[in-house]
Amino acid sequence: MSTTPTPPQAFSTSEPGEATGAPPAGPRKKEGRVARKASRSRERLSSPGASITAVLIAVLWTVPTFGLFVTSFRPSADIRRDGWWNVWNVFANPTFTLDNYTNAISGSTSLGTYFVNSIAITIPAVVIPISIALLAAYAFAWIDFRGRNVLFVAVFALQIVPIQITMIPLLSQYVDWGLAGSFWTVWLSHSIFALPLAIFLLHNFMKDIPQSLIEAARVDGAGHVKIFFHVLMPLLVPAIAAFAIFQFLWVWNDLLVALVFAPGPNVRPLTVFIAELAGTRGQTWHLLSADAFISMIIPVIVFLSLQRYFVRGLLAGSVKG
Amino acid sequence: MWPLDLAACFCKRLHRGACTGPALLALAFGLVYPAIRTIYTSFFNRNGEEYVGLGNYVQAFSQNEFQIVLRNTALWVVLVPIVSTLIGLVYAVVVDRTRFEKFAKTLVFMPMSISMVGAGIIWRFIYEYRGPLRDAQGVPTNEPTGLLNQLLVGVGLDPKQFLLDSPENNLFLIAVMIWIQAGFAMTILAAAIRAIPVDIIEAAKLDGLHGPSMFRYITVPSVRPALVVVVTTIAMATLKVFDIVRTMTSGNFGTSVVANEFYVQSFRSQNAGLGAALAVILFVLVIPIVVYNVRQMRISEEIR
Repeated sequence: MSTTPTPPQAFSTSEPGEATGAPPAGPRKKEGRVARKASRSRERLSSPGASITAVLIAVLWTVPTFGLFVTSFRPSADIRRDGWWNVWNVFANPTFTLDNYTNAISGSTSLGTYFVNSIAITIPAVVIPISIALLAAYAFAWIDFRGRNVLFVAVFALQIVPIQITMIPLLSQYVDWGLAGSFWTVWLSHSIFALPLAIFLLHNFMKDIPQSLIEAARVDGAGHVKIFFHVLMPLLVPAIAAFAIFQFLWVWNDLLVALVFAPGPNVRPLTVFIAELAGTRGQTWHLLSADAFISMIIPVIVFLSLQRYFVRGLLAGSVKG
Repeated sequence: MWPLDLAACFCKRLHRGACTGPALLALAFGLVYPAIRTIYTSFFNRNGEEYVGLGNYVQAFSQNEFQIVLRNTALWVVLVPIVSTLIGLVYAVVVDRTRFEKFAKTLVFMPMSISMVGAGIIWRFIYEYRGPLRDAQGVPTNEPTGLLNQLLVGVGLDPKQFLLDSPENNLFLIAVMIWIQAGFAMTILAAAIRAIPVDIIEAAKLDGLHGPSMFRYITVPSVRPALVVVVTTIAMATLKVFDIVRTMTSGNFGTSVVANEFYVQSFRSQNAGLGAALAVILFVLVIPIVVYNVRQMRISEEIR
């Protein structure tokens, strides 16, 4: 994830399926010989040079993670003695152990609490902005009121405000209200920072739903509440999923917001704990490696299983705007 | 979902725009007011009592240590978008329509899903340095545990303190951000490449274009709008980079960037005025990139 919570155009599409739609170059039955030949030679773009480039980049992008992953299963004495690549040297009698993980989970520097904190921070920080944004997006898209366009442009423009510029005044406000040191500071901050993008994205999706559908429901006597839940919600699932994944990954992986608003041991999430461990005990690789991978499990699972939605969200916005 | 229900009822009773109320209230309280407040604070000294005019900005642009911060930030913002976009584009082209396309893309995209703290730790381990212990003959007796130093020793060079030796340590931090962002570039560009009309490619083939010249004259110009969006989006993310620097060097050894210095001044050195000024500088630096990004997107939409 990037440091920006919200690359301003991360998504905001008109046609949800379009960007990832079927490749336009699918082989057609009626294609003549020339065309078929052309598409075949297109596949041959994977010349030796291209293959080598692909493999080289893939290896460069995988080896760092893989190295730390292997290390997380090595005894701490081995980690201090030599590098992880020596596990392939059968003569050195390589050994593997789960000690690092059991230590990380139940040892003296256990991360159990912080793992729970991460979950406690992330779920409300995803649900709150979506609820508020759905409401606002519905009003912006389907309720006519004075000043609607001006307000919507203002919300859109707020996406460019870097979160850094809001932090000190927000923090002193939280202190005045007696919220400092509770989860509320992180929940509120993450929700506020996510709103402009969430409203913008959901509004664009709602706007795309055919007017006739809403009108028909209205003629049948449905009010705003009914239209919202029975007509719009089912159609909005992909948009909500795309934003929810984006926000989930951002909050789970965030360091800055948590470091500023939730540094205390009762509320700090995994990222703050691991960053501090890296700062104070940067050489304890048996701890760091296991901790790092435990913190990555959930985002990687979410990412791999819901990749389709995430990629769709990214694509829809970034290419189209 | 009862709060939604309730609020939706209110919409009819109170005012037609009332549904936007919670969101607008949150934004006014959480973004607009604090931003104005921070701009105001940036004209005051470290505890906010004495008006210093542009003093904090002068300090940020003239003092040696802050000039290094600005230089580093410039280096990040130039190198990360260009290199990661280039790598993402090349990778997208070479894996396009191959048998392993999906798997190959997932490998490169995966770093996007992990935290920058995690990425920082992964790369610190690659850069790990241990001073060589030598025996009486001067032959090193211990092995490096970091992969890069192992490679250096393997080709007969001395191991290096990758994260300590300034100024090149900045490049080794930048590499981490490139590693993260290349996946983003690849994904967006791969979709753009797929959208190139097939007749253009066939016409170019009939004209004898293939391989690198196809890449240069057909692929790159066709995906130009997407390229601009990718470069500017990554530039915005890079401008605010904090986690990587914080995890890997804490901004020591001449590696600090504006976002990190903002954190240090605001929350470690308790210099509220200077911290606020740095946040405002960050804001001002983001604006031109955003404007360019939005304008390019408008243009590319008009073409379509």
